[in-house]
Amino acid sequence: MRATSIIFKRELGRYLRSPIGWIIAAAALLIEGILFQALALPGDNLSAIVLEKYFYWASGIPLVCGILLAFRLIAEERQNHSMVLLKTSPVRDTEIVLGKFFAALAFLAIILVLSIYMPLLIKVNGKITGAQIFVGYLGLFLVGAAVLAIGIFASALTSNQIVAALLGTVFVVVMVLLFMLAKRLESPVQETLEQVDLWWLHFQGSFMKGVLNLKDVIYYVAVTYFFLLLAVKTLEAKRWQ
Amino acid sequence: MIRATKLSKFYGGKRALGPVSFEISDGETVGFLGLNGAGKTTALRILACDLRPSSGTIEIGGVDAVADPHEVRKRVGFLPENPPLYTEMTVADYLKFAGELRGMTSVEIKKRLPEVLEIVDLGDVQNDPIDTLSHGFRQRVGVAQAVIHAPKLVILDEPTRGLDPVQIVEMRNLIHDLKQNHTVLISSHILTEISQTCDRLLVLNKGALAGEGSESELSKQGEIRQITVTVRAPSGDDPKSQVSKVLAAIGGVTKVSDPYEQGGGLSFSLSTQKDCRAEVSRAVVEAKLDLLKLDYARSELENTFIRLVGGPDASN
Repeated sequence: MRATSIIFKRELGRYLRSPIGWIIAAAALLIEGILFQALALPGDNLSAIVLEKYFYWASGIPLVCGILLAFRLIAEERQNHSMVLLKTSPVRDTEIVLGKFFAALAFLAIILVLSIYMPLLIKVNGKITGAQIFVGYLGLFLVGAAVLAIGIFASALTSNQIVAALLGTVFVVVMVLLFMLAKRLESPVQETLEQVDLWWLHFQGSFMKGVLNLKDVIYYVAVTYFFLLLAVKTLEAKRWQ
Repeated sequence: MIRATKLSKFYGGKRALGPVSFEISDGETVGFLGLNGAGKTTALRILACDLRPSSGTIEIGGVDAVADPHEVRKRVGFLPENPPLYTEMTVADYLKFAGELRGMTSVEIKKRLPEVLEIVDLGDVQNDPIDTLSHGFRQRVGVAQAVIHAPKLVILDEPTRGLDPVQIVEMRNLIHDLKQNHTVLISSHILTEISQTCDRLLVLNKGALAGEGSESELSKQGEIRQITVTVRAPSGDDPKSQVSKVLAAIGGVTKVSDPYEQGGGLSFSLSTQKDCRAEVSRAVVEAKLDLLKLDYARSELENTFIRLVGGPDASN
């Protein structure tokens, strides 16, 4: 896993040095701040409800930023021909994918940490616990990890960054909206789609409300693992093409 | 050191290479020569463990490259057609990154980096971002990443592509320097380029090995001699056909090309299997034709190359 660490450092350094990374972070925080002010704070709600509303809107950060941070990770390397350096070095495809994934996840975590002043404001002026904030942020982090994994898989499918971004967006939107489809179907397909949905049951139904369920954690870890595995297998398969 | 056996590669149902077999010894500089689409890049990418072959085996330094590509990659440096650069990085940072990827420790990189910068003459720009460098400098950075870990085998795919004449000479000198310490494989479709830098050539045509050997060995394989004979046009209804018949009847002449007018006479190009200038001059005189000029040329490597790859003059 030495190569994972080398690739992680380069990719994270790129996010931190490039204006694009900070533009994404600034835009996400600005929009989140506006939504917090305009939609979460108004009214005479209990602080727990305000926090719930905050996490409802904040879940847009990992969903959108995950795709924006991930779509270029492999497609850009192919487009710029720099992928050859990784592929002809003694580095396994798993190490390439993990190095890039963890770098993007670390940068996403930085964005999430920078937004923490908003729930802290609720805590100072209300009656919520640090555990509720922690659980909500754990949910955002896990949603982000899953979206990044989906984005990396989309990026591994093509050398065209725009196509990768579109594919990643489609995958994520479909997985987020599965619950809507589920409502119109009957059991057992309904339950199955609800369980597969990326946001409704596992985030909105638990993390957002400050409830920590192990099955939700396992769900996000499993989705992340599944799409990272697909990305690795895609890279391996392309060597045979 | 390198042994490829019945190597082939298919893209979908289309064969890009093979089956080809060849051996390359330690310290050799070998050129892969062929027209665009001949399979050179595919062959080199397989040797660099960037692609897996569809069938066949490759052994590099005694290691099976298909079964253990990881081990082989440690011993190989590869410069593809488009150098694999991270243009936002400085030259030194990029080379450190490339060294780390190849398993070098920071101490090893610190020792090796100045040596490599000197070999590729990039010392003055080592702290410049790669995106500010010219194409020639970027190509040198590409060579530097291929040799940073001091591999035994260096593979350069079209290393002079897109370079200006001065840069080509510099790259040629750089390859000559690399030859001192590495086995070097180079691909090119430019014959003069490859014949000046390589000890041995592998000529590929449509994925198959069309010829193999040193420049002189290749030139001797089915060597073509060409005689150009110019005679005064005889009187008669069809002087061209009349002279052609005389020349075609000479023993050893395999082909008589269509004549063209030159200096008041008719010039014919004859392809022959041996030096038959005496027979040609005798036949011309016996046919009561006026001999104006007789030129003789043995095939150059370029003609051999064209013949091997089945180009337009292959049958000369």
